[in-house]
Amino acid sequence: MSKQRAQFWIFAGSIILSLLLMLMPLPQTLAPLKPYWPALVLIYWSLEAPERTGIGLAFLVGLGADLLDGALLGEQALRLAALTFIVLRFRARLRFFPMWQQALAVLVLLLNDRILLLVVRLFAGDPRPGASFWLAPFTGTIAWPFVFLLIDDVRARLRAKET
Amino acid sequence: MALPHKESSPIFADAAAGTLRLMGYLALACALMVLDHRNGWLHRARYAASVAIEPIYRAAAWPGEAVQNLRTAFTGHRDLVNENQHLREALLLAQARLNRMNAIAEQNTRLKQLLDTRRMLGMDVQLARLIDVDLGPARNRVMIDAGAKEGVHVGQVVIDAHGVMGQIVEVLPHTSVALLITDANHSIPVVDERSGLRGIAHGSGAPDRLIVSDIPLSADVKVGDRISTSGLGGRFPAGFPVGTIAKVGPDPSGMFAQASATPAAALARSGEVLLLRDQPEQVGPPKEAPLVGPPATLAGSSNATNPPPRERAAPAGGGRPVAAQNDAVTQR
Repeated sequence: MSKQRAQFWIFAGSIILSLLLMLMPLPQTLAPLKPYWPALVLIYWSLEAPERTGIGLAFLVGLGADLLDGALLGEQALRLAALTFIVLRFRARLRFFPMWQQALAVLVLLLNDRILLLVVRLFAGDPRPGASFWLAPFTGTIAWPFVFLLIDDVRARLRAKET
Repeated sequence: MALPHKESSPIFADAAAGTLRLMGYLALACALMVLDHRNGWLHRARYAASVAIEPIYRAAAWPGEAVQNLRTAFTGHRDLVNENQHLREALLLAQARLNRMNAIAEQNTRLKQLLDTRRMLGMDVQLARLIDVDLGPARNRVMIDAGAKEGVHVGQVVIDAHGVMGQIVEVLPHTSVALLITDANHSIPVVDERSGLRGIAHGSGAPDRLIVSDIPLSADVKVGDRISTSGLGGRFPAGFPVGTIAKVGPDPSGMFAQASATPAAALARSGEVLLLRDQPEQVGPPKEAPLVGPPATLAGSSNATNPPPRERAAPAGGGRPVAAQNDAVTQR
């Protein structure tokens, strides 16, 4: 298997895994704390391999997530496209932030994502969500360094193996 | 000096193109959302993609099941014995109640026969299991492992051993999605079992609370009252427990009272659910019975001797079709 192909499988695998994690159940009390995994993975790939990602890909991943989630077709596509656009726009700066600053940037991105979600939900006629609605971005921020290091590590190992 | 120029211009070009593309995608997403909201495209897309989607649900539910199995495997012997004892007692109690219920049910049938209104008392149900998948914390929905191929259809009532859980809102070939009664978009017509007061219980969005709103301030509702389905509206059959009133107070406007209730069904814990097969008696005029009598081509010639087939099949009172319907249901 060529290196390019192995890299592609990591890329595709991480996105599929993030969608699975999104569906995976948590105990009732922890459910609002679940990070928005597809967003974290897409942020990683937009930062590290922008030639692979793009707004179009984020849109497609979002459509897939919508199909799985069954809430409203286009909702996550919109959120992920907007998120990826912002990351790609500020990629040069975000990439060289130290980890804690990067995590803060991720928090802002995820909060922005929640605001978008809130707007969409309110337009769709859903009731206003409770305070726990705003918890997920913070757990996402805490999860970010681990996601980053994990995918980075897998890629580095693979590269070492290839050479 | 050519180099910086060359380097900077693609960046700006890229940024402009990126913004345009973002606009395009956002517009596309908005269009999709509006169309989906109006036409329900998502259901059709999900149904078409179900071959790919359903295995993913099973895969996502797998770790949860594995944990459950592990827990069962490592539960201590003592716990099992205790649980067994507990279940035995519960079974005895249930059996005793059931026997009493049987007697009452028999009496009821007799009385109903006396009154000449034949109705079905037995329930036709289908057992299904929940697939443990997170469909978003904001929505109180559950996924069930039976779908269109197993005869599930939208609108079927989902119950568990303790009470009403919700209703089916979406059907895929082998899975379906049920909206729980606690979902903020769900309402269920209920009646207070003690005072007979009717009301509507809305979901609160929280998994353990229902809200019965717009109760007159003078109405007779007390903490501890059990509420059950009233059967009005025709979606839920009457008499299934819905919950217990936990709190009664004035609503924000002060014009009406508002009660909050805890659902009777074990919404967060149930692993197996029952789907009610038979719909309650429908509201409105009965369905037109199939045409009987000679075919239309011959009907014209023999009009003088036979009454028109339509009149014969559907008498104005509606009594016959209901009876016929009940016959059909009992035979099933």
